Amino acid sequence: MEAIMDSHYIRVLPFLFEGLVWTLIITGVGLFFGFILGAIFGLARLSKNKLIYIISSIYVEALRGTPILAQILFIYFGLPDLIGFNIDKITASIIAIALNAGAYIAEIVRGAVYSIDKGQNEAGRSIGLTRGQTMRYIIWPQAFKRMIPPLGNQFVISLKDTSLFSVIAVGELLYMGQQYYGTTFAAFEALTMVCLMYLAITVPTALYLRKVERRLDV
Amino acid sequence: MSKMITVKDLHKSFGKNEVLKGIDLEVHEQEVVCVIGPSGSGKSTLLRCLNLLEEVTSGDVYIEGDNLTDKNVNINEVRTRVGMVFQHFNLFPHMTVMDNITLGPMKIKGVSKDQARKDAIPILQKVGLEEKADVYPESLSGGQKQRVAIARSLAMNPKIMLFDEPTSALDPELVGDVLEVMKDLAKEGMTMVVVTHEMGFAREMGDRVIFMDEGIIMEEDEPENLFGNPQNPRTQEFLSKVL
Ligand SMILES: Nc1ncnc2c1ncn2[C@@H]1O[C@H](COP(=O)(O)OP(=O)(O)OP(=O)(O)O)[C@@H](O)[C@H]1O
Ligand SMILES: [Mg+2]
Repeated sequence: MEAIMDSHYIRVLPFLFEGLVWTLIITGVGLFFGFILGAIFGLARLSKNKLIYIISSIYVEALRGTPILAQILFIYFGLPDLIGFNIDKITASIIAIALNAGAYIAEIVRGAVYSIDKGQNEAGRSIGLTRGQTMRYIIWPQAFKRMIPPLGNQFVISLKDTSLFSVIAVGELLYMGQQYYGTTFAAFEALTMVCLMYLAITVPTALYLRKVERRLDV
Repeated sequence: MSKMITVKDLHKSFGKNEVLKGIDLEVHEQEVVCVIGPSGSGKSTLLRCLNLLEEVTSGDVYIEGDNLTDKNVNINEVRTRVGMVFQHFNLFPHMTVMDNITLGPMKIKGVSKDQARKDAIPILQKVGLEEKADVYPESLSGGQKQRVAIARSLAMNPKIMLFDEPTSALDPELVGDVLEVMKDLAKEGMTMVVVTHEMGFAREMGDRVIFMDEGIIMEEDEPENLFGNPQNPRTQEFLSKVL
């Protein structure tokens, strides 16, 4: 018993829990803003206004077409040259998740809204609702239901993406594992526990999503 | 009697495809006008131009004197006076029957929830569905859905009702209930434009029947004359097929 408690598997845990907290904060806050961006740009991509459509398309394609690793380096190292002040690591990470996930969520939003039968919009408009009211009370609630499974999927992807931010030494889960084996050389134990922690979040999420999906199916 | 709808030289194109080729039409208060014609002749398009669900390409549409193509006319306000019933009902599936009916009065007219629900009860009774107030549309039959859709339009207190083949998507045994509701409306003096394949309804309830083909009104007359003694060869040909 003593031997187990004293093993690297256990001793690494306090570090990893600290890392996990940062991973969840970056993912959670990043996705919160990512969803707002995604909703705005997703709806913009359905706009008949050419300029709005083009701007939103540029955003979506630029962020989906470049690796997130390049994006975080750009935000953390590149952007300060332009704006003249530094961004702290956590903020840079949150911005990277928000911008990156926002582009994918924009596609999720666009697809879900587009999938709602045109007759719903016509019925809303024909009783005299404005475009905004029709979106808010009729289209969006139906579309949002269809967004839940892909949004959950995006959560899992973004959560894993935060591990890339170890390159700028953000104290997220993977980075904390690396720090541990950097001094103890217990790489196998540390990385095993890192992976188990990711799985402890991602697997229940995936199972829950499958349940939701089945319920939405019927 | 006053003019509820006036259409002047209405043209509508989808890209290069000209679907309405100069429609002139007047509908008076309390009049029931039925529109018949072959598939693709532009009946739905004409109806949808009457509340600007389709933008008109040229010409004018007046609802109670308001020119819909005039930028100063608030189209949302006009639409509250013009109810529309669709072939496929288009009920809001995420709302109960009651919520489907009260959404418009609450969000557009600012009626309180309590008042909107109170007002909805006689409307539900009129369409024979007062016991269905709290169910979701998916549990209703097609005929019931269409009657809820009519109730949803009526809740806005419209002066005009537009119907686009309201019974075409229904099983034959469910058509009657919907037609009954429409007949009651007509008898109460509702101004109605009804695109329909139900020649029986057109003959019985129509004050006027319009035969459309290839984007123009080929012939219009009282039902007795149009069905009994059609003048235009295209009308004759169409009626010989459907009657
Ligand atoms: N949104 C649209 N975009 C392009 N073409 C359209 C559109 N809506 C209708 N059309 C075309 O306009 C023509 C007339 O269509 P419309 O639906 O008005 O006919 P209809 O008389 O109602 O026919 P049906 O009896 O089949 O309902 C058809 O050729 C159709 O393909
Ligand atoms: Mg039609």
